[in-house]
Amino acid sequence: MKPSYQKAWFFVLPVLVLVAFNALIPMMTVVNYSVQETFGNNLFFWEGVSWFEKLLNSDRFHAALGRQFLFTGIILAIEIPLGVAIALAMPRKGIWVSVCLVLMALPMLIPWNVVGAMWNIFTLPDIGLLGYFMNHVLGVDYNMTQSPLAAWMTIVAMDVWHWTSLVVLLSYAGLVSIPDAYYQAAKIDGASNWAVFRYIQLPKMKRVLTIAVLLRFMDSFNIYTEIFVLTGGGPGNSTTLLSIDLVKIALGQFDLGPAAAMSLIYFAITLLVSWLFYTLMMRNET
Amino acid sequence: MAKITLSKLRHSYYPNPKGPEDFALRDIDLDWRDGGAYALLGPSGCGKSTLLNIISGLLMPTEGRILFDDQDVTALSPVERNIAQVFQFPVIYDTMTVYDNLAFPLRNRQMDEAVVKSRVHEIAEMLEVEDMLSKRAAGLSPDNKQKISMGRGLVRKDVNVVMFDEPLTVIDPHLKWKLRSKLKELHQKVRATMIYVTHDQTEALTFADQVVVMQDGDIVQIGTPVELFERPTHTFVGHFIGSPGMNLLPCEIRGGGAYFNDTRIALEGPLVSDGHGKNQVGIRPEFVSFGKKGMKARIKKVADVGRHYVVEAIIGDTSINAIVEQDAPEQGDKVHLNFAQAHTRVYRDGWIATELPEAGR
Repeated sequence: MKPSYQKAWFFVLPVLVLVAFNALIPMMTVVNYSVQETFGNNLFFWEGVSWFEKLLNSDRFHAALGRQFLFTGIILAIEIPLGVAIALAMPRKGIWVSVCLVLMALPMLIPWNVVGAMWNIFTLPDIGLLGYFMNHVLGVDYNMTQSPLAAWMTIVAMDVWHWTSLVVLLSYAGLVSIPDAYYQAAKIDGASNWAVFRYIQLPKMKRVLTIAVLLRFMDSFNIYTEIFVLTGGGPGNSTTLLSIDLVKIALGQFDLGPAAAMSLIYFAITLLVSWLFYTLMMRNET
Repeated sequence: MAKITLSKLRHSYYPNPKGPEDFALRDIDLDWRDGGAYALLGPSGCGKSTLLNIISGLLMPTEGRILFDDQDVTALSPVERNIAQVFQFPVIYDTMTVYDNLAFPLRNRQMDEAVVKSRVHEIAEMLEVEDMLSKRAAGLSPDNKQKISMGRGLVRKDVNVVMFDEPLTVIDPHLKWKLRSKLKELHQKVRATMIYVTHDQTEALTFADQVVVMQDGDIVQIGTPVELFERPTHTFVGHFIGSPGMNLLPCEIRGGGAYFNDTRIALEGPLVSDGHGKNQVGIRPEFVSFGKKGMKARIKKVADVGRHYVVEAIIGDTSINAIVEQDAPEQGDKVHLNFAQAHTRVYRDGWIATELPEAGR
């Protein structure tokens, strides 16, 4: 029999403890809450899966989930093509490379609540730069606090402004790693610009784009701070995405059981979609 | 297919070149016959890839002209020149099948799908890749990928020239030999003008009918492999080609004769002129032998390289390599060296300075 070294467990232990305290234990607490009802005073009553059943049949949850998918869908549809297009247009050598990279990275360096506050002020109809311009120069009725459409356009614009850079930087990294010989060979093979994009650049960017889509999906699906600061979920419930609704239930109504059940379902959806997407993208990789 | 003429070609990578040291290519004049197999041989950085890219149209020369069949193509793009090039690293369109890869250059030129099909199958048969046609190209081994790259170069019937830029760099040694002979075979089949760039003398000498040896942006010699070996016109060719390279011994010129270590060396023919400069006697190790008489030397080292022995002998502080098939002396032996007269020459400032005797011309 081969000698076995049980000592190795000791080396894994610190990581195990760390993961336990920052992920496993909080997660299990949530699981614990999701099957019980509490009225404070540390009194808990067993509820089984009834919170899950109620939640999955609730119109409020369906609406928030729908808004969430709509938001994520819209920003992915804008940010991914736009990011790739900007990366393609960026210079590959010379001093402008660093200028472009720094300019691109700037929005990502701003804290999320500041981004929300900035856009809030930016869109105020009477004093905000954009708000004033739209209402008083163009004469368009643009008020985020009254019109759901205006609110949606603003949160989408804000996310595009904040996060397209991430897609740009990842795509750019993919693009510059393509050896010159590919472009030269394509030139000699008589390939059109579209063919170069379709058969060289896009395939070579596939891995980084997969990462970009995953990151943008997860981040936008879990978005909270910016939208909370900007619209607070309004007007009405029009921009109440999943995370905002969750906080309302958990902290506003102090319904810990339903909130815990919602958290778990929320987490499961994020995980499932990410896994599906990654598996589909990577199935042909060798 | 075309005859290629390079006329007074100069190229610099600087926008405002000043001295000759700014030029990657200095004054290249060349004529390449239609359907020939040529090699550009030289060390890394000698300008051979620059020259190749100028011929293919990826690079615009600073000065000079390129002619295909007497038609000036200097200003034309690679597509308009109708050439093919195979690069150092295999270039494969990953998402396509092998078939689509081979068909790509034809489809880009809007050829009929029936023509495409017959051409692709023809080339695939030549390259022996028919069984892979429906596979995705991304999954192939490096040598097969390089075969597909070559195939894309050869698939068009009307290309003026097919160029290879060190195509065997990433290929495993035991497959190099196979691909090299495949290439030679392909040349005999398709009869296209082919230019093969390499720093590997074996690759150049086995592939080409004519080898162009380059150094520091200049062509130092053009000749058949045999000519380059037997009568290098420059010391660079002498020591770049051959293993080990040509022996170069410092010598003095007195009264029309060359003296090394105060011994007169018999030369292949008369000196061109007395002239001044750095004189050296050049002789290949293959033509140095041991005898009962001759220059006294001591053996420093003997290496058995399989087919023959490489013997390093020392006279004064000059070492001289000799290649012998058998009966190699021992280390430390005192020996007499003989030089084959017909292969002993004087080089002045690097260039050959002896003439062949009248009878030998």
